[in-house]
Amino acid sequence: MTRTSENRSRGRLEGQPPEPRFGNISKHSLRRPTNPNGTDFVAIQESDDFVALRRRFRWFVFPVTLLVLAWYFTYVALGAYAEDFMSRPVFGVVNMGIVLGLLQFVTTAIVTVVYGRYVRKRIDPLVDRLREQEGTGR
Amino acid sequence: MAINFAAGAVGDPTTTVSVFVAFVLLTLFVVYRVSTRNATASDYYVAGGNITGAQNGVALAGDWLSAASFLGVAGAIAVHGYDGFLYSVGFLVAWLIELMLIAELVRNTGRFTMGDVIGYRMRQRPVRAAAANTTLVISFFYMVAQMASAGGLVALLLDVQSKFGQSLVVVAVGLIMIFYVLVGGMKGTTWVQIIKATLLLICVSLMAVFLIGRFSYDFSALLEQATNNSPIGQALLEPGAQYGQTSLSRIDFISLAMAIVLGISCLPHIMMRFYTVPSAREARRSVVWITWTMIVFYLATMLLGFGATALVGSEAITNAPGGENSAALLLAYRIGGSPLLGVVAAIAFATILAVVAGLTLTASASFAHDVYANIIKRGEADTGSEIRVARITALIVGVLSTVGGIAAIGQNAAFMVSLALALAASANLPTMLYSLFWRRFNTTGTLWSMYAGLVSCIVLIAFSPAVSGRPSAMFPSADFDVFPLTNPGIVSIPLGFLAGFIGTLVGKKDQDPVKQAEMEVRSLTGIGSGLAMEAPRR
Repeated sequence: MTRTSENRSRGRLEGQPPEPRFGNISKHSLRRPTNPNGTDFVAIQESDDFVALRRRFRWFVFPVTLLVLAWYFTYVALGAYAEDFMSRPVFGVVNMGIVLGLLQFVTTAIVTVVYGRYVRKRIDPLVDRLREQEGTGR
Repeated sequence: MAINFAAGAVGDPTTTVSVFVAFVLLTLFVVYRVSTRNATASDYYVAGGNITGAQNGVALAGDWLSAASFLGVAGAIAVHGYDGFLYSVGFLVAWLIELMLIAELVRNTGRFTMGDVIGYRMRQRPVRAAAANTTLVISFFYMVAQMASAGGLVALLLDVQSKFGQSLVVVAVGLIMIFYVLVGGMKGTTWVQIIKATLLLICVSLMAVFLIGRFSYDFSALLEQATNNSPIGQALLEPGAQYGQTSLSRIDFISLAMAIVLGISCLPHIMMRFYTVPSAREARRSVVWITWTMIVFYLATMLLGFGATALVGSEAITNAPGGENSAALLLAYRIGGSPLLGVVAAIAFATILAVVAGLTLTASASFAHDVYANIIKRGEADTGSEIRVARITALIVGVLSTVGGIAAIGQNAAFMVSLALALAASANLPTMLYSLFWRRFNTTGTLWSMYAGLVSCIVLIAFSPAVSGRPSAMFPSADFDVFPLTNPGIVSIPLGFLAGFIGTLVGKKDQDPVKQAEMEVRSLTGIGSGLAMEAPRR
């Protein structure tokens, strides 16, 4: 069977026993799903955990991406339209443009670290919980 | 002057060539050793999903650090100073988009190609066809740029000035690359990338440390020496040496910056790398790894670029056979003589080999998986025939790109790569973001955004001064440069977004809420994407 036909599968039929919930998990529930077609994605999408997960993800990722892009394009626009400002020396012959460019390196490093920490603390635990509920945990 | 350019090849060709041949033999051996029988499509396309995050991060660095972003950026900094440095900044910041918006979600949703992601909840056949079209066009642009720069490199090293001689070299590059892909599949290609990226990083960092050491670790002194050795003097450190003369070239510059920062995350061969890792967390780790590597690499490149001007001089660089692209090589020769030149040149060649191998693999996967297996065979193709089609496609793509590379010898590699980035940002990025985050997005929107981005970008390039009307253009004698910018990003990227938006409103409401739920849950949690986990870990 190909992946595509798996993907076309619909949600679990009504009346089937629910998957073991959090807190009722033995080691055996960490195995792979016995039936990958038996996942009710709509139910997961509407579950509180998933709604929280999506909110936390978007709450961080969208504003931070916009900030990063705004900062980058500010830097680009300063280079294009504010040459005098960018040519101002800061120390030795190192000028504002080079300093701001290096600051882009610094902010990139900071965002990478902060994102990693945020996801580990606030998002990964939720993902783990949802996956355990579905029996796909790992 | 220590280097005599008029007397032909830089350095001792025997040393250079033997270092290079040793490198190629090493990689061929590794490719042969790691190649499995590639029994399944997953083995061939994505190394069975068994690459670790750290390995994949380094391999990503290998995929990204093409001839254009190594030789090209160092050269741009050496000649244009600050304006070249702006490339480095864009190339780095772009990885944040990849990290936050693309890598993990794409890993969770798809399996082999971009068509898997954007076709997830749309009508499969037209969407997959569109995805295959953009993948093939972007990969081809990118590949031709790389192949063409192989010809320029050999002109510098071996003094092969004739077009025929350079063509032979491009053919050799094509043959080795096809071997990597056919024998090694994704696993072999990944290991070539890892070897090459590691060598490149070590080499570039050591050269940078040596350089700054020569100026007693005083960055300002290095820059000052660079300005003394450049015909533009102090302007080397200021914006506007290359761009910024007119209001139009300023917009052109912003357009380029836009294509760079938005394009990288949606290059097909970069996205495909995320399917080689077993989980979204490993995909995230890959991007974190490449971000650190890029910070080191571009800081080192900045030192190398300004250092090349300080020690070799801008004029000597522009007058060398490879032009701007030879800055890093001339600097290596100046620092370490023929052996170091040989090492750097071998790495530069290997870069070209490895990057075209990755692109060929992506293009063949896209054709075999999206077009053959899912469109022609409607998802009923057996694994054996899909891989066979992928291999034949790889062969055809390899031959075509070799021919394209020969035709494009002498073109500026960095420029052609920037066009590929504009294409990726216009056709792929809007479609990816809409299909991942916008519930209402439908098939019509997908098709409109992909084709509007792709077609507008190609048309604007064709009528830009990059193609005709300028002495530096591809066809200098012709004159149909109606569109004034050399990089179309600032027009075609918003157009791609707009077309996707309008298409969605106009088109039939064919979105399936169940599939949308499936895709959203899968992209954020990975539930339902357990396939790669079933493969045994090495």
